Formats: sequence, structure tokens, C-alpha cells
Amino acid sequence: MLNIMSIKKKNAADAAAGGRSPKTSATKIRLQKDMDDLSNIPKTMTVSFPNPDDLFNFSLTITPDDGFYKGGVFRFSFKIKEGYPHEAPKVLCTQKIYHPNIDLEGNVCLNILREDWKPVLNINSVMIGLQYIFLEPNPDDPLNKEAAVVLNTNRTLFVQNVNKSMRGGIIGGVSYDNVLQ
Amino acid sequence: MEIDNPTSDWANRWRHPDVYLQRSGPYAVEGYMPGDELTEFIHSDDCKILVVGAGGLGCELLKNLALMGFKDIHVIDMDTIDVSNLNRQFLFRYKDVGKSKAEVASEFIMNRVSGCKVTPFFGKIQDKDEEYYSQFSIIICGLDSVEARRWMNATIIGMYDEEDPSTMKPIVDGGTEGFKGQSRVIIPRNTACYECSLDMQTKPVTFPICTIANTPRLPEHCIQYASLLLWPKSFPETKIDGDDPDHISWLFSEATKRADEFGIRGVTRTLTMGVVKNIIPAIASTNAIVAAATANEAFKLATSCAPIVNNYMMYVGDEGLYTYTFPLEKKPDCPVCGTESVKITISGGWKLQELIDLLLERPGTQLKRPSLRTSTKSLYMQSPKMLEEATRPNLEKLCSELFSSGDTVVVTDANLPISLQLVITFE
Repeated sequence: MLNIMSIKKKNAADAAAGGRSPKTSATKIRLQKDMDDLSNIPKTMTVSFPNPDDLFNFSLTITPDDGFYKGGVFRFSFKIKEGYPHEAPKVLCTQKIYHPNIDLEGNVCLNILREDWKPVLNINSVMIGLQYIFLEPNPDDPLNKEAAVVLNTNRTLFVQNVNKSMRGGIIGGVSYDNVLQ
Repeated sequence: MEIDNPTSDWANRWRHPDVYLQRSGPYAVEGYMPGDELTEFIHSDDCKILVVGAGGLGCELLKNLALMGFKDIHVIDMDTIDVSNLNRQFLFRYKDVGKSKAEVASEFIMNRVSGCKVTPFFGKIQDKDEEYYSQFSIIICGLDSVEARRWMNATIIGMYDEEDPSTMKPIVDGGTEGFKGQSRVIIPRNTACYECSLDMQTKPVTFPICTIANTPRLPEHCIQYASLLLWPKSFPETKIDGDDPDHISWLFSEATKRADEFGIRGVTRTLTMGVVKNIIPAIASTNAIVAAATANEAFKLATSCAPIVNNYMMYVGDEGLYTYTFPLEKKPDCPVCGTESVKITISGGWKLQELIDLLLERPGTQLKRPSLRTSTKSLYMQSPKMLEEATRPNLEKLCSELFSSGDTVVVTDANLPISLQLVITFE
């Protein structure tokens, strides 16, 4: 059992030893661990860092090898704050794309980015989740309502629209970014 | 009772707590030494304690601790008194609005409890360094944010050097949310720490962004529509400040339009501010319950007069009344207390690769693929691919080119839950 009174007496002698080097925050250590967990990510995803010393800001490129979006190159920005992993990472699609779960500002409707986020999840979980919505877009949770309606009612037209949008075409008056490389 | 000199202790002043400090008993903690020396210790400046936060919990804590006989109390709070605090933060009066909470609370306690010295610090916990925190015997937290608790926890645990018992500072942490609360004791590296239990924290209420965008049903959905989707479009360069009345007015007006469109009732200016600032209702008596439990644990810790809580008490008053105490377990991969601190001395002329080879050979750690960073720099990262490529050239660089003697290098490994903090000194 800890005895504060005896500890305190010793302390008076050792006062002001201090002066150790700055500590790395828990968030940074956690992020470093998250990066270690990215060694086996699928070939369809690449992560890049504008500044390799800064793990709080990076981007993800997804090149789906199957599904409606095969052939496209989709880019996301990740911004992590000091509140991580209590708070989810902030993820935005940096291109204007035609997708039922992504709006024209790049907001992504993915449950684990908001209401279902838990600190046990990590960067890898979010990346897998993002890849999943390209393989299985979910018309029941729409952010781009028009795209969701088309996917629900006319699959053939949806495929055409996706292909047209990925080439930088215009759908419903909206001009999309060319994501083919 | 007549008191000649209000700054000194009058007869029988500490009669009640002294009952516990003057005699032992069958349940006393092993090694407990009751008597005058202990009584004097509690009242002396050898037993200096820190109260972090002078808000709802802080007011209660200061009152309780002063009335129990602690006479050298420090209090730290960055906030000033707002009118809305006066309904429960009873050390403040209307005339104090706008003044520092820490300063007003200190003055009130010192006027009211003779002989008790309270030293305020009006500022952030982050403004103070290890030297400041090392002067206290116990750190008692009455905070309202996860962020502040994480910082305090990491700082106090980081200060603990197992070879020097005087660096061990127990934390007693109280927290409330409406009719619920908790009180816990954290003994650095012995019990679970705050970071170990991060998964348990209630997170801010969030709604699916698709609901906010398309199918709002609640007034909160309309407010988040304004704050999450409209604001960034209208003011991409400005972050929302929940304390700026103009920001709240704009959000309130946009949320009202949205609510009218969908026939939703209940968007008010107060609710708008509540949602934007994520305000949790505070109940004065819950603060009193939790602060009382927290102060008692601090007293038991300081005196060893009775066993302390092991180690987490939750108070659940919103579904009938239920309390439960359990020993929260340490998390092996906790980035704060699951981190082993190791001091090593190497030659600054070593290449980074040589340092890594040394780590790989180090018995007992079983590192296979270590990633190394200082607090600001990626030295070598095993993954993802781009980071590995960007940091690979560092392997051939000299340690002295990459960091300075005395720097801390954090080592993680995908194969290991724990991480290492290497404090590296060059010969």
C-alpha cells in the first residue's frame, strides 16, 4: 500500500529534479500504432503523407478492382485531431463524385465515421469501411439522394451514370470530376 | 464556541476526522501509523494537494477538502465565471461574474475556513509543467472534458519513475453527467489509468449524416444540418465558435428554416447552443455526491486510515438508483500506462539501423518490426508503404543527426500491444 506521508518526506529532499524531455501525447502513440496496423492493407488502397513527420494529416487513394466503380481512382483526406481516438477521424472525399453515400462537398455517410465510431476501431477499420461503400453503395442511407433513387429504381441507368461521372461527365446539371487515370 | 484566533485550530476542531487518525482498527491498511504525526501531516504544507477544475465539482471538492483539514490546497481553472454557473457553483456570487473561477473560489474558501491556504492558478493545465505538478501529494480532478482528463492522466503517469517513489502521484477523478457520475482512483502503473478506459467514455451524441441531410426528425438534426453541412459551405475559412453569439444566431436561424421546411418543432436558441457546444446537463446534487466520494478517497489516500476504492465507483441515478464499484483492469496496449520507459545510452555516432538492431536483440521485448518516432519526427516507420519509403533513408543516418541526447523515442511494433519510450542519451 502506498504511503503518502513517507513518500512526501523523501520528496522534500529530491525536490525539483524534473526537466525531462517532452512526452509524446497518447494520441501520437496511438496513431503510431495505427500506422503499424497498415502493413497488410489491400493493393487497392494507398496512403500518402504530405509530411511524413505529421501522422495527423494524410490522404488515401482507393482504386476499386470490382463493382460499379472499378477503374476509378478515388481520393480522401484524413484529418486526425488530438481528441482521437475518442473522436473519429475526419474524412472527406476530395473529388466531386457520383455516389449515393457521398455528397458533392465530399461528406461521406459511413456509420463508423459518426454514430458508430468507437475508440477500439482504428484507421484501418475506416479505410476498409470506405473501400466497402465503393463495392456496395448503400441506397438506403443516401447523401446524394438523386444517385440513390437511380440505384434503387434503375440499375442499368445507375451503371451508365457512374461511368459517365467517372469520365468527368455531367449528370442532372452537375459536372463531376474525372477520376480515371 | 468562541474562537480567539480564527487562523489557528481551536479545541476539538478536528475531533471527527481525528477519530480515524488517532487509532487503528482491524480494517486499517497495512503499515498504518495513527497518531499526532499523521494529524500534523494532514494539516501541514507537506501534504499539498491540487484540485483541477473549480466548476461544479471543483466548488464541492474545495469545500469538502478544506473542511476535512487539508490546509495547503492549490486549484487550477482556465475559466471565468458565467451567469449560468451561479445555479450550482456555490462559491460564486453575481458580483463575481467575469472573474477567474480559481481566484474567486480560493478567496471564498480562505475567508470561510480559517487556516486553510488556497493558491489559485487562473490558466490552462497545459500551461504548467512537471515541476509544478511534482509538488503535490495527490491530484484531484473535477473536470468536464475528455481532452483535459487525458492530458492530466498522461502527464501524471509520464512523471512516474519507478525508481523514485516520490514521483508517484495518485489521481482521484470525479465526473458527472446529469444524474450519473463516477469517482475513481488512479495509481500510476498500478491501476487502470484514464486512457485504459477511454472506450467506456460516453461519446458526444452524433446522428448519421444521411439522416441530417435527408430525413431530419428531431430539432437536433436541423441544428446539425446548419452546423455540419451549411456552415462549412457558407464560411469555409471559419470554425464555429459556440461562445460567439453571431455564430449561434446564424446557426439558429438556418436550423429554424430547416425545421419549418420539415414541420419539426423545438429548435430554440438554447438548444442550438447546447447542440453546438455539446452541453451536458449538470445537476447540483450529483456533483455533491460525486465530489463527496472523491474527497473521501483523497483523505484516505493521504492518511492511509482506511482502504481506498478499488478502483472505480459508478453512480447511476437516472434509472432508479444504482451504484457499482469494480476494479477496472489495466489495458495491456494502453498508450499511456502500457508504455514501458527505458533509459539507454548509445553512441551518437551510431546509425539508426544500429539502434534498431540493438532493440531487436533486446531480451524480453520481442520486437520484430519496430517503428520509431520522436515526439515530432518519424525516424523509421514500418508501414504504410509510403511512410516506410520516406523514412528508409534515415536508417543510414547517424542518431545524432536525427535527434538530440536526452530525447524520448517511442517504439511501437505491430506484433506487440505495449510500446516503449526510450530515453536515449549519447555517450
